[in-house]
Amino acid sequence: MTTHELAQRLGWKVLISGEDREVSRGYCGDLLSWVMGRAPQDSAWITVMTNINVAAVAVLCDVACVIFAQGAQPDATLRERAETEGLTLLATEDDIYAAAVALDRVLNTVKTE
Amino acid sequence: MSEPIRYVFQVDGDDFMSAGTASADVKKILRQLGFSSDVIRRTAIAMYEGEINMVIHAHGGVAEVEISDVGVDIILRDKGPGIENIELAMSEGYSTAKDTIRALGFGAGMGLPNMKKYTDEMHIETELGVGTTVYMKVLAK
Repeated sequence: MTTHELAQRLGWKVLISGEDREVSRGYCGDLLSWVMGRAPQDSAWITVMTNINVAAVAVLCDVACVIFAQGAQPDATLRERAETEGLTLLATEDDIYAAAVALDRVLNTVKTE
Repeated sequence: MSEPIRYVFQVDGDDFMSAGTASADVKKILRQLGFSSDVIRRTAIAMYEGEINMVIHAHGGVAEVEISDVGVDIILRDKGPGIENIELAMSEGYSTAKDTIRALGFGAGMGLPNMKKYTDEMHIETELGVGTTVYMKVLAK
């Protein structure tokens, strides 16, 4: 499943239409230093953090896209940087938990007992 | 490559807008040179944490990067206040960053621990009131 297909399937708004990358799984987090050390490559990162450093972390971690949950709006500098870097930004009114659950219904990557 | 390649980056102090540009540049260079994605990711994360530290605590500094067949050497030099207790600074969760920094998503006390975690060698030299130099090495294999 690619980032653009994901947006379409889940009805998530495309804020910046960057590279259409394959998504391996989801990842949630707002504390950038924490996310940076842990977000898996090719993951779809769900966050409510909206400043420009989100783009820097996303690019360095090589995530597939960033999803802003619960109506969080990335600021103009973040949108600009995402555009330059070809980073896809999506948005949903769902909170982080609901967004993650919706994402997994599509990706089916979390294995439960 | 036969000869090591050296780069020097100025890290602008108090400018979160450009923080991460040096590490993003190094990431691109390593990708062009064909390093493995693991080496690229580890180098980029360690260097970005270092850049952020210099912006938060030291009004910027200089990042020197040397790339060879063996791997990547990074030296981060700043003229900041120095680190009072390195052992404490190296423990996860400890931070002296201000609330304004925390509001940006930093100051989790993960910077130095992340740098150590993602590099093969790390060494800090610091003097109070003079500055700090961080040496890091990421091996290519």
